[in-house]
Formats: sequence, C-alpha cells, structure tokens
Amino acid sequence: MRVNISRRRIKDPFVKKVEELSGQNLLACYQCGKCSAGCPAVSQMDILPNQIIRLAQLGLKEELLESKAIWVCASCMTCNTRCPKGINIAEVIEAVRLILLRKSKDHLIVKELSAEERAQVPPIALISSMRKFTS
Amino acid sequence: MKISYYPGCTLKNNAKNFEDSTLCAMKQLGVEVEELSRWNCCGTVYSLATDDLMHHLAPIRNLIRVKEAGSDSVMTLCAMCYNTLKRADERIKNDPESLERINEFMYLEKTEYKGDVKVLHLLELLRDEVTFEKIAEKVKNPLKNLKVANYYGCFLVRPRGIGLPGEDVENPTIMEKFMSLLGADAVDFPYKTECCGAYQTVDKPEIVAERTNQILTSAQKQGAEVVVVSCPLCAFNLDRRQEETVQLYPEFKNMPVLYFTQLLALALGCGEEALGFDLNYIDPKPVLKEKGLI
Ligand code: SF4
Ligand code: SF4
Repeated sequence: MRVNISRRRIKDPFVKKVEELSGQNLLACYQCGKCSAGCPAVSQMDILPNQIIRLAQLGLKEELLESKAIWVCASCMTCNTRCPKGINIAEVIEAVRLILLRKSKDHLIVKELSAEERAQVPPIALISSMRKFTS
Repeated sequence: MKISYYPGCTLKNNAKNFEDSTLCAMKQLGVEVEELSRWNCCGTVYSLATDDLMHHLAPIRNLIRVKEAGSDSVMTLCAMCYNTLKRADERIKNDPESLERINEFMYLEKTEYKGDVKVLHLLELLRDEVTFEKIAEKVKNPLKNLKVANYYGCFLVRPRGIGLPGEDVENPTIMEKFMSLLGADAVDFPYKTECCGAYQTVDKPEIVAERTNQILTSAQKQGAEVVVVSCPLCAFNLDRRQEETVQLYPEFKNMPVLYFTQLLALALGCGEEALGFDLNYIDPKPVLKEKGLI
C-alpha cells in the first residue's frame, strides 16, 4: 500500500475527533502489533488493529473510513486487555464507526434483513448489532 | 437469602431455559430470587464513546429499579447484561459530572441514582454467597464422566476490573472449579475466552461459523463432550450457528452447547421442565442419557 503522509493530514480535525470520542492518546501507540496478534477477527480484516491506530495517528481518514475492518471488529476487548501502552483500541475503532454512523450512514440496514433472518436471531443479537451498526 | 434479579430480554424467550434452570437450582439451594417488578433492556452493549451518555440511561434506569425494590445489589445471568450494567455503574460512579447529567435527564424518576447498586453475576454469587462447599453438599445427581469444556467468551472476563472479580482475565478458572464440584470432568481448552463473533451473527453469520468451528473443534480436541456458556449470544452463535458451520466446514462435528445452569439444575435434581433441553439446537439428551444422567 502506498501512503502519502503530510503535516496537513496529521493536523486534520478528524484525528482530534477520534481522540476525543475514544478518549485515547493515539500517539502513545508504538506499533508493537500485540493488539493484532491476539485479535480473533484478523482473518476477515483488510487492515489490522495496529494499522487502524497508525492510520488514525497519521490522519489517513479515507483509508480508515472505507475499511472493512472497522465493521468486522466485535468489540471483544482482547486488544484492550493486552496493549502494553494501555490503549483502548476497541474504543478507537468505535470512534471511527461513530464518525460514519453519526452522518446517518447506517452499516446494517435492518429492513434488508428477511423476516426469516430477523425471526431467527435472538433479541440480544439484533439489539447489539443495531447498537453497533446503526445510528 | 434473598436476591434481586434482572433477567434481560433474551432470558424471556430464546434463553428461557437459562432462566428456568437457574430458578429451579436456586430454589434447591435455598436462595430466594426476586425478579424486579419493572425493568427495561440494558442496551446489550456498553457504549464506548466518551460523549455518549444517552446510552447509559437504559442500564442506570435498571439500577434505579433495584433501589426501588429495596435492594443494594442485583443478580444477572446474561454475561452481556452483567457487563453493561456494571460498566455503566462504574463509569458514572467515577465521573460525578456524568452522574449529575444523567440524573438531571431522568428528572421524572422518583429515585436518584448515586452509584450505589452492586451488580453481581450468578457465578460470583454462587462462589461468594452460597459457597461452592454448600452446593457440593446438595448435589444429588453428580455429573460423573461428563467431559465439559467451559466457554467464558468476552464479557464475563473483560475488560479488567469489570469481569468476574478474582478471576484472571486471560485464564479464568471459576467455571472449571464449578463443574468439577458438580462431579463433571472439567476440560480446559485454549479458546475459552476467544470471541464467538458476537453481534456479527446478524449480517455476517459466516464470521460466526468460522469462530464456532475453531472454538468447538478446539474443545473437542481436548476431549470435551459438551460446552457450557453463560451468555445467550454465545449460546446462539455456538449452538444454533452449527447449522451454518457444518455447511461451510464439512469436517466439523456437531456438539451440544448448554447453559452452565442447565447442568447445575440437572446435578441438583431439577426436572425436565426446568432443564428446557428442547430449546437447545443440538440435542444434549443423547450424551446425557449415555452417561446415565437423565
Ligand atoms: S498493542 Fe497497543 S502499542 Fe501495540 S500496536 Fe496495538 S495499540 Fe499500539
Ligand atoms: S476488540 Fe475488535 S480489534 Fe480488538 S481484538 Fe476484539 S475484534 Fe479485534
């Protein structure tokens, strides 16, 4: 992947927004990769949890907002409990999702689910996926 | 002993067997369980965004209901309810400004919340209040020779400080101890705290099928005959999604997944109605019959 980094992007309000919403200091991450090593979802991800943090540090907004990985994360908290720098990676990913969701860009379109699919899953599944994937 | 009980939505339908088996077991153990007369959905997941106070209202309202029931602690069975209620309480307890804003928002509530309700998970209550020794004395039908793998998933153990007190976040052992006490052979396996895919089950069931294949195959490799869980979402994913798992991974072998309380109730001599095996997708009865347990 070819990336262009610039001071302008690092100073993009997007970076500040992610830090604010997640309550995390992105620059604390030194890219050890431990979060990605333990993440159960990596096989389905296009970019890994440590790369999500890196892209956020550098203000590479489009790459993050268009990634599939942010929707594959299940907020399982494994990365959070293992990060040697105490960064809550799941919170950072939630912040990126929220930046999209708050523009009313729902990821899960409930009415596209068939009546059968809706009836099959228990309330706990439907409610949690709506909480995570809709605004 | 009497305890306030918050069931949560799924325990009233798909996971009715989780509730019924618990209520019967608690009766056998002499614990009076009192369901809150009013409660609402906790929201299922704790809101991770710093500015999102709104989603903490649902769990906090339930904690107000506990106070109104004259209690200072509440028991949960569902691991997700446990996590959401406990984290919301922790969050506002440590943040007086949020606490004030939440109380202001809920000005119609007659009771003010002060971070003064303790959220307990059933396992914790059994260990610390009822005590494992006393439970062992009440076992009528020891689960002899049954090889049980204990699946904790995420929310019973993570994050640190919220998960079950006294348990190692990477290697919890309370369920293994519990199953041994009921007479079963507790099987340890490396996937016991690995996520089942959670809410991805709604629109990406193939993710869950991949996890179910890994988690259950790992338990089988360690010799497990059944897996027990404490979360209705884990139960749905590991049990019901075996249908999709077999389709995607033909070498996968089905295995029963139960609530740990179903085995508790069975060991304490509860009847078929309380055990609710008809709600389990993969029928656990053949293996339980083979062991002479039913
Ligand atoms: S574990 Fe923490 S420090 Fe290491 S790469 Fe991940 S976020 Fe960065
Ligand atoms: S919270 Fe998300 S990123 Fe972190 S380990 Fe779990 S699935 Fe991976």
